[in-house]
Amino acid sequence: MKKNLRVKSSKFIDETYRIAFKFNGIKYFGFKGDTLASALLANDIHLVGRSFKYHRPRGIMTAGSEEPNAIVQLHDNSSRTEPNVRATEVEIYEGLEASSQNCWPSVNFDIGGINNFLSPILPAGFYYKTFMWPASFWEKYEYFIRKSAGLGKSPTEPDPDIYEHRYIHCDVLVIGAGISGIIAAKISAKKGFKTLLVDESPYLGGSTISQNSEFFKLNNQTSGSWLEKEIHEIKKIDNLEIKTRTSVAAYHGYNFLLARENLTDHLPIENRKDKTRQRLLKIRAKKVITATGAIERPLIFNNNDRPGILLSSAIKKYADLFGVSCGEKNIFLTNNDSAYETAISLVQKGIKVEAIVDNREQVDSKLLFEIEKNNIKVFRGFTITDTFGYKRINKIQIMQLSKDGQKVIGSKTNLSCDCLGISGGWTPAIHLYTQSGGKLKFREEDQVFIPKNQSVDHLSVGSCNGDMTLNEIITNLLKDLKLFLDINDTGYENIEVLSCFNQSKRNIWLLPSDKNLGKTKPFVDYQNDATAKDIKLALREGFRSIEHVKRYTTTGMGTDQGKLGNMHALGIISETAGAKMDELGTTTFRPPYTPLTFGTIVGRNVGEFFDTFRKTPLHDWHVKNKAKFENVGQWKRAWYYPKINENMHQAVQRESKAARDSAGILDASTLGKIDIQGSDASEFLNRVYTNAWSKLAIGKCRYGLMLNEDGMVYDDGVTTRLEENHYIMTTTTGGAATVMSKLEDYLQTEWPELDVYLTSVTDQFATASVCGPNSKKIISKIFPNLDLSEENFPHMSFKNTKIGNISCRIMRISFTGELSFEINVQANYAKSIWEKCIEAGKEFNITPYGTETMHLLRAEKGFIIVGQDTDATMTPIDLQMDWIVSKKKYDFIGKRSLYRSDTIREDRKQLVGLLTENPKEVLEEGAQIVADIKKLPVEMLGHVTSSYYSPNLDKSIALGVVKGGKNLIGKKLIIPMEDKTINVTVADPVFLDKENKRLNA
Amino acid sequence: MFVINCPYCGEREQSEFKAGGEAHIVRPKQPTELSDDQWAEYLFMRKNIKGIQYERWNHAHGCRKWFNMVRDTSNDKIKAVYKMGEEPPTE
Ligand SMILES: [Zn+2]
Repeated sequence: MKKNLRVKSSKFIDETYRIAFKFNGIKYFGFKGDTLASALLANDIHLVGRSFKYHRPRGIMTAGSEEPNAIVQLHDNSSRTEPNVRATEVEIYEGLEASSQNCWPSVNFDIGGINNFLSPILPAGFYYKTFMWPASFWEKYEYFIRKSAGLGKSPTEPDPDIYEHRYIHCDVLVIGAGISGIIAAKISAKKGFKTLLVDESPYLGGSTISQNSEFFKLNNQTSGSWLEKEIHEIKKIDNLEIKTRTSVAAYHGYNFLLARENLTDHLPIENRKDKTRQRLLKIRAKKVITATGAIERPLIFNNNDRPGILLSSAIKKYADLFGVSCGEKNIFLTNNDSAYETAISLVQKGIKVEAIVDNREQVDSKLLFEIEKNNIKVFRGFTITDTFGYKRINKIQIMQLSKDGQKVIGSKTNLSCDCLGISGGWTPAIHLYTQSGGKLKFREEDQVFIPKNQSVDHLSVGSCNGDMTLNEIITNLLKDLKLFLDINDTGYENIEVLSCFNQSKRNIWLLPSDKNLGKTKPFVDYQNDATAKDIKLALREGFRSIEHVKRYTTTGMGTDQGKLGNMHALGIISETAGAKMDELGTTTFRPPYTPLTFGTIVGRNVGEFFDTFRKTPLHDWHVKNKAKFENVGQWKRAWYYPKINENMHQAVQRESKAARDSAGILDASTLGKIDIQGSDASEFLNRVYTNAWSKLAIGKCRYGLMLNEDGMVYDDGVTTRLEENHYIMTTTTGGAATVMSKLEDYLQTEWPELDVYLTSVTDQFATASVCGPNSKKIISKIFPNLDLSEENFPHMSFKNTKIGNISCRIMRISFTGELSFEINVQANYAKSIWEKCIEAGKEFNITPYGTETMHLLRAEKGFIIVGQDTDATMTPIDLQMDWIVSKKKYDFIGKRSLYRSDTIREDRKQLVGLLTENPKEVLEEGAQIVADIKKLPVEMLGHVTSSYYSPNLDKSIALGVVKGGKNLIGKKLIIPMEDKTINVTVADPVFLDKENKRLNA
Repeated sequence: MFVINCPYCGEREQSEFKAGGEAHIVRPKQPTELSDDQWAEYLFMRKNIKGIQYERWNHAHGCRKWFNMVRDTSNDKIKAVYKMGEEPPTE
């Protein structure tokens, strides 16, 4: 038995354009211009969800982004599914499928609804108190709670839509296109400011645009039709950009704001293809004007949450804007004039209003008299004490309020209805203002928080500034704007305003009932099911801070951040605890103002752009040759090159053996390379490395260790003197950028007198490192004219040479302990040089090896890897590298720290070698090292930093750091593992070729 | 997010910059002459002021120059920027 509650045509609805959509699997129709909420209401559907804790049936309550109840899941079980969407904001489109959230198995029959009957034992903090004990049971509780609770489902498939980020710079940003925003934007743009006007809804004009009442006029036209003409005019202004469907999420310092622009969500799905769905706008504005309006307050009374209970302003909007009546027998409960505005609107459209229950006793209001003229009963000084109807309100019970408003008196009267509009006055939407750091003050007259002071770069106008009548809004807006924009006139000097709104209000935070508070359910936070009772309980249990009460009762912690009920929570705390509202303050409103999709936040940074990576010029060759890659910083480095049926271990063993037995080749292009020039280059190196550089001859290379000022090893690498005042420094792959920054820092801030220039050339050069006993033969095949004799080209030296026209820098340096040559060429020649090496090395079985083999080979030689064997607590002395620390140099970075009382301790962790009792057993990197597992607590002496099976030594080798390790050589220690203990012997960290014979093989 | 007026480039987004800690801490010219305590004072001790603070900043994704900034940490207002080696403004 479907009803049609579309009672009046509206110019905002296109009744020639019918749209089919599905809600909970059932097909309905609406019109273009409808929101999901208005279309459901037109189909007489109020029940749309279940509440979070008690699973009480809940209906549409508002007509905007403050909606706490009508939270739906769109397109369940599809890649476009989206949870926590407010039905009041979704514009319907052909193919829309929405379903209720938070109810299982269905909205009409919900298992969690049993919580409602259990509610006497589900008070505030219930989850904290009960399910936390015994702790081991939590997992079992959690399963049950998650299944029946939970707000929506996240998608399981990749998001198919496109999102993007965009920067916008403007002189003036106006947030909110209600009457204040429109006027402000028009004045600003007309005065020549580059202006941006944004509004979250699809149309301009806010609540005024549908105001068609004789009681609110501008220049003798209804405020709605006056505003319509203004909107028509501003669309023609050149330097005014207007964005609808754009919601400001965050307002940060320096007028930096984030907004989400919705571009396709209102289109039929087939029309969205290849279009950007949402855009994150990063707005930098010289001045910001917030015109975000006000949110109507509900009233807190017993059972105030039934489907069919809506904010009075929402009922007005559904009638005026969408032509939809929310019920056929409407009653209002109010403490101010707003409900009368709505009632008049309904009467105009022929919608039946049964009665108005007004908390106020004496009201001298034109709007009220107009209602009585229409023979609508007004109950002055009354309140609602209870409501009835499980899935839809059908009856209310009213009683008279006592003089002080704390009790009800007299007899009970029952009134039947199918819709109840409530109005508790208005709360200025100050959320964005406070996000930006704005402070609030409390205005006693109407119990609202309003902005405390305006700044030079921000202005609040209209009702978000606490101006509630049309008169006030226009007068203050024009006055404030003149100062804010520093202009002499606004063009609105002669505007005539008629406003019949009477500002009187009777504010009672918690309306009394004839029942005990304990027997009632006055909801304060609908989404999180927090009642006035819960708040009082929290106070009784000793919570005082508003932030603590919020967390304990979960008031204001839903996706709506308590836009409706926060003020009542504060009011109830204030009354109960006897504290002043001003002193209590509000809870912090954090961004985003309304939820953002993850898609919008990440924009285009998805897939391969999520975390961009760097490829060496030889990357394609590695791919073609089946390399496995590992991530080193941003780099993709060849890890190992498995042959068919080879696992990692087998590949690494083969590669390592080949490199020592004959020849191997490594892509070392990722090492950081810094070109250092200037007449003070040698002095500079003296200051940044621990060893001495002045005497390094041109054409020679030297290994250097760089410390932090605290004496800890920071980076290492080989630096070559190319010319008198020209060096090329190499850094670790991961340290390249930070070393560059650190060197620049010292040069600019500590030693500006030094004549030194630094240039990063990491990407400009590629490096092929050929090593092994046959490497010299291979190099000589490629460079037949190069004299490779020991005398001409000894270890740690460098030659400039050429192949054809390609300049090559060849360094004879070694990280493997083998004879080896590093060929550096301009990056775009890398592939040709590399392939020449492979070709020339064929007869020697030249074997490409990756980082894993490189690590193994250097570990055999006891060479450290900064960041693996060190961790910012290791000095060169701890690493047993005393030989590299110059005693003669007066100063270098970190020198003074090497003899602080802590760094000279004998029992610091020091780098040692570790050999397992069983030579086949390979230790786990990171494993703890202890001496005695019987004495409790077990003393941790250190840990394993590097560990491999060495094919060249045919045994397991490891490096580790051990307290006082230097003096423990030969001693037996224990590595306790989960299922066993492993015996190890402390050894010298150099396992292979201690005499360095292989370097000159 | 701040807008920072790089003394070399002009106004830029904060995302182009890197903060570098307290300003005007000069590296001792003769570290070896210092006691452990004196060296530790230079090495570790930094102020964390609520209010006017002198800071080092680097235009890392711009001209890569280091410069100094006077910032009120209580409201993030930048009072002044000046080049390395220049005296801090006295106001
Ligand atoms: Zn710059």
